[in-house]
Amino acid sequence: MEQLHAKDVLAFVEGQGKKETLRFITCGSVDDGKSTLIGRLLYESKNIFDDQLQALESDSKRYGTQGEKMDMALLVDGLQAEREQGITIDVAYRFFSTEKRRFIVADTPGHEQYTRNMATGASTAHVAVILVDARKGVLVQTRRHSRIASLMGIKQVVLAVNKMDLVGYDQLVFDSIVSEYRAFAADLGFEGLQAIPLSGLDGDNVVTRTENLAWYDGPSLIHYLETVEIHTASDRGAFRLPVQLVNRPNLDFRGFCGRIAEGTVKPGDQVRVLPSGVRTTVKAVIDGFEEVGAAHAGNSITITLNDEVDASRGDVIVAADRPAEVADQFEAKLLWMAEHAMSPGRQYLMKLGCKEVTATIMGIKYRQDVNTGGHMAAKTLELNEIATVDISTSAPLVFEPYGTNKLLGSFILIDKLTFETVGAGMIDFALRRASNIHWQALELDRNARAAMKHQEPRCIWLTGLSGSGKSTIADLLEKRLYSQGKHTYLLDGDNVRHGLNRDLGFTEADRVENIRRVAEVSKLMVDAGLIVIVSFISPFRTERRMARDLFHEGEFVEVFVDTPLEECERRDVKGLYAKARKGELKNFTGIDSEYEVPESPEIHLRTTGLTPEVCAEQVLKGLQ
Amino acid sequence: MKELESESIEIIREAVATARNPVMMYSVGKDSSVMLHLARKAFHPAPPPFPLLHVDTQWKFKEMYTHRARMVKESGMRLITHTNPEGITQGIGPFTHGSNYHTDVMKTQALKQALDMHQFDLVFGGARRDEEKSRAKERVFSFRSAGHRWDPKAQRPELWNLYNTRIQKDESIRVFPISNWTEQDIWNYILQERIPIVPLYLAAERPVVKFNGQWIMVDDDRYPFKEGEQAVMKKVRFRTLGCWPLTAAVESEADTLEAVIAETLNARGSEREGRMIDSDEPGSMEKKKQEGYF
Repeated sequence: MEQLHAKDVLAFVEGQGKKETLRFITCGSVDDGKSTLIGRLLYESKNIFDDQLQALESDSKRYGTQGEKMDMALLVDGLQAEREQGITIDVAYRFFSTEKRRFIVADTPGHEQYTRNMATGASTAHVAVILVDARKGVLVQTRRHSRIASLMGIKQVVLAVNKMDLVGYDQLVFDSIVSEYRAFAADLGFEGLQAIPLSGLDGDNVVTRTENLAWYDGPSLIHYLETVEIHTASDRGAFRLPVQLVNRPNLDFRGFCGRIAEGTVKPGDQVRVLPSGVRTTVKAVIDGFEEVGAAHAGNSITITLNDEVDASRGDVIVAADRPAEVADQFEAKLLWMAEHAMSPGRQYLMKLGCKEVTATIMGIKYRQDVNTGGHMAAKTLELNEIATVDISTSAPLVFEPYGTNKLLGSFILIDKLTFETVGAGMIDFALRRASNIHWQALELDRNARAAMKHQEPRCIWLTGLSGSGKSTIADLLEKRLYSQGKHTYLLDGDNVRHGLNRDLGFTEADRVENIRRVAEVSKLMVDAGLIVIVSFISPFRTERRMARDLFHEGEFVEVFVDTPLEECERRDVKGLYAKARKGELKNFTGIDSEYEVPESPEIHLRTTGLTPEVCAEQVLKGLQ
Repeated sequence: MKELESESIEIIREAVATARNPVMMYSVGKDSSVMLHLARKAFHPAPPPFPLLHVDTQWKFKEMYTHRARMVKESGMRLITHTNPEGITQGIGPFTHGSNYHTDVMKTQALKQALDMHQFDLVFGGARRDEEKSRAKERVFSFRSAGHRWDPKAQRPELWNLYNTRIQKDESIRVFPISNWTEQDIWNYILQERIPIVPLYLAAERPVVKFNGQWIMVDDDRYPFKEGEQAVMKKVRFRTLGCWPLTAAVESEADTLEAVIAETLNARGSEREGRMIDSDEPGSMEKKKQEGYF
């Protein structure tokens, strides 16, 4: 580098300030020479200081794998465990710059068990440099790395055919690898694919082209990285400002702080606050200590609004004429990053932009094999697996599909107990659009309340003799539903007779009134979106009919707990049958009062020989 | 530069929006100065809604204390200083106890005491990934267990700009808003924004002695002169600032910010060269971090 003089520094720094930053990821397995290549990039671009070089020389002697040559990989393998084992186990970020650009390199491991690390590095990268060992060609891991890069939305890819020195710089070897790779990558959605033959160990084509590879007429790796077009959050898109926090130091100032995800903003712009949909205009745009005339995509700013509107962290301020979508059910790609498997139905915290909500994976559509690209059926998702899933959220989210805007289309899932980050997702599209809800107040009805709970409200009516097992089954059933994240309530003699119906006795009229009240309460609860389990003997067909008629088609599920009288009497848990037989209890169903067997129950449980668990399971199945 | 600045402000705001009781480490050095400047921008027109914490080993340069007072006044923020009381009682210092022991008691242990005493759940630090190899894998939001320990294998993946800020009771987070800045970026930004820095970064005639082959500035009367040894005046400056006996000066003519930047750009040694704790033993920074050092 030329010596710089103090008088030129200001101009130099201004120039530096305008330099773009290119973020790229390098992928390849342990043996492909990835760390060596990055070390070489740092070394050749003069980003290594003398004392670091000295440390490198001493480290090379201690841990090096390159004999007498300096082991460039040691410049980047940071943690001691890695240096000793000779592998990269985490994502390391490295920095260097040339006269044209600044670079941030994410160096990630190549093994299959580190898919999550690669995805982490790829999530912020503009370009992926995929290393292939010239002696080995396109391998399973090459395909895996390419698929992950594609999945994470990387559009520019370098196929770096490394170790050309070990194949005698043979053009035929290079050409055959490149044509195989091009055929494979055709449907991965890459917009640019540059193949470069090089040697990280000797430096050919890393910074400068050399005689060894005279037959190659493309750019060197650095030259490519210096000139490739960078796609970032665009000024051309519609204005999107996720509100990070509301800055309210005093009553006269209320600033909405955030980083512009897309578009530009200036004072006077018409905006809308989502998801509420309230309209207002921008009063001032503050960038740092200054009020500015406009701010652009990527800037962290504060804006003030002309009306006292209600906006808080997690809301998104958008261009009024081009608002973003709002929805609470999505199809998304999900990468699982936790040791314990993901099963649909469990609830997680979901963070998208600045919004945190509760989310449930409703189902796995298919799992994608990153090695083959094949689609496979899956019931659970293991560590490092990727699937297309349906996901629903407890509150509407303002979003954009990942392909349109990474910042408003990406999310992480957080375990509710351990707070680990367990999943990373990318939204494809909304399954159920809620884009109308910011135009007018939502019509609050049974459907809206049910939708918020992500369930179909039901009245599950268990009828059967005393001692038939209704309460035990109802109890197990409620626990099962609860563990699936359902909102339930159980109505039985115990909690109704002591309160709501304590004025009622056991005469026929009272028993009819008892059932009528229980049915009406169930109806209100179903209207509130709940799954209500009713456990009552309810011996008469007319009363059950009356209950059924209160509900919509399909909402009422009659479950006949069919246990023979002899069996009920043998169990006689509460000693009621014995009392009835002695005549101490009048109007006891099955003894001196009739039980009218249901003619066509939705679910008929013949309990003889079955455990209560199996019965509860049968009801669950019957509900689906 | 704008992109780096925006990213750092986003990180600072995200941390403040989700933390219960945040604090910013303030070491008075150039990285701290940049971090403080970014925090002030993030919350303008209000002052940043958290205090500054200075872990004072009582071996800092006098000019650092002067600068600290000035910046606290300018920013309108509250300053909390903490010195390990056991260190004072035992009279711990780098000359008498060695750099390792001094750093452990007066910095690492003192920091843990301060964090426990004030129950901070989130601490901003000015570390950068380009400083040292084990820093290159540090997260922006770095988790510490109840004993402030850093487990490199238990760190959370950080994708996109989505930081998981949730913690259990007694756990804490260290947040590094300038992770992606390089030393060069720091200097450029200081110049561009005219950020006040401690004058020790600029060359001036200062009294120095050779200690373990490096120039040490004699900042007060605690330097243990050997028989016949005395300080000499040299035009020197500092590339990093810490405890004066542990921070080596370099001979330099660069007495303006522009000249310092020119010199930095032309330099062939990294800034941590003047730090004595990185090279004690292999993986030394990694070990210190696991024990709770920043």
